[in-house]
Amino acid sequence: MIAFGSLLPLAAESALGSRVQIVAVLVTALMLLVVLELVRRRRLVERYALLWMTVAAVLLVLAIWTDLLSWASDLMGIDVPSNALFLAAFGVAFLLLLHFSVATSRLGEETKILAQEVARLDEELRQMRAGSRNGSGQGAEVPERAPGEDPGSSARSRPSTTDQ
Amino acid sequence: MKSDSADDLRKLAIIPAYNEEGMVAQVIRGVRKHAPDFDVVVVDDGSTDTTFAEASGEGVTVIRHPFNLGIGGAMQSGFKYALAHGYDVAAQVDGDGQHKTNYLHDLLSELNTKGKADMVCGSRFRGDPGYKVPVGRRIGNLIFSVILSVIVRRRITDPTSGFRMTNRRGIELFARDYPHDYPEVEAILMLHAHRLRLHEVPVRMNARGFGRSSIDYPRSAYYMAKVLLALFVGLFRRRPVPSDRPPDRPEGEPVAPAAGAPSAGERAPEPTVGR
Repeated sequence: MIAFGSLLPLAAESALGSRVQIVAVLVTALMLLVVLELVRRRRLVERYALLWMTVAAVLLVLAIWTDLLSWASDLMGIDVPSNALFLAAFGVAFLLLLHFSVATSRLGEETKILAQEVARLDEELRQMRAGSRNGSGQGAEVPERAPGEDPGSSARSRPSTTDQ
Repeated sequence: MKSDSADDLRKLAIIPAYNEEGMVAQVIRGVRKHAPDFDVVVVDDGSTDTTFAEASGEGVTVIRHPFNLGIGGAMQSGFKYALAHGYDVAAQVDGDGQHKTNYLHDLLSELNTKGKADMVCGSRFRGDPGYKVPVGRRIGNLIFSVILSVIVRRRITDPTSGFRMTNRRGIELFARDYPHDYPEVEAILMLHAHRLRLHEVPVRMNARGFGRSSIDYPRSAYYMAKVLLALFVGLFRRRPVPSDRPPDRPEGEPVAPAAGAPSAGERAPEPTVGR
């Protein structure tokens, strides 16, 4: 199989059949449209849209410019160009996943900071209200719950206290 | 609210600052000196240096982000503060000292010329920029300038300038929605989509205080691509804000607070933290 491929450089040169090429072009075009529509609907931030558009563009270039694909696969020592495409796609998918892992890690860290800040502010606010209740004296008419305090405030602090 | 005299208006200078120690206090003092009628709020965007201490040492309100959100997030915090505290005018004055505070009143008088503009931008390219603008920035600026001028059908010479001032309508819009990173160009498109009027006034600027531009060379490619994409996609949006409310309501009519935004105006002294 390996020998066969290298014996027939012409076959390797027409790296992908023209039908595959058409399919690839259609798929990438669709991908671009979906990404643009997601941005338009504000479901996707431009930063990630650019990432996906770059991926689509690379795919498109490789699908159209088959010489580039066969040259790259030769360089990597892969006999069947489409396998090089698979490898590249796999590599890109892997990198994207890694990137998103990094991004979610950062988001998790930021969420933790936010929860802690909210909990701290909530505590501070309750202290202040308690202080002003005692300070403004007698507190006979002051209800158990301070006037401004909304009933949700104790519930709000719950998530941050449970995960500590 | 619809007063013609600038004295009756409540005015706010929003100073976004990210690691601007050694500069931010100077900017605050500049506002105090040249525009004493402006209140000051500093948005410390998660600085890791002494920016917060320096700013609060000047006795101004400081909104402190627990982590860095970027200039767009910082400015939106400022606009939310302005909305919650019922300000009529909000100006952006960068914490790096690039914007010369003595031009604040040039912007203000343009904004107040009756019904003329909802936002006024200080432009470096309608006169002497005041410093040598790097060639790369000039080119990038020119590209955005041409594209935006065509879309908006009005000559915009300095779309990347952050030295801006907006009225109540702009504050309401930007408190609801403001672009994430590199927001200046997109903000102009948003204004246009909401039929708010934009004007430019010539200003001079300083070269950046610390020479540390937020747009370094490797980032400029991303900057261009991101903004171009946003502009392109923005053309296909009916309104760039996910809101069902018609954008052009009659002047002065109070705006119902959008979902998620802090309730507007009247309840004055309330922190913007609540959502």
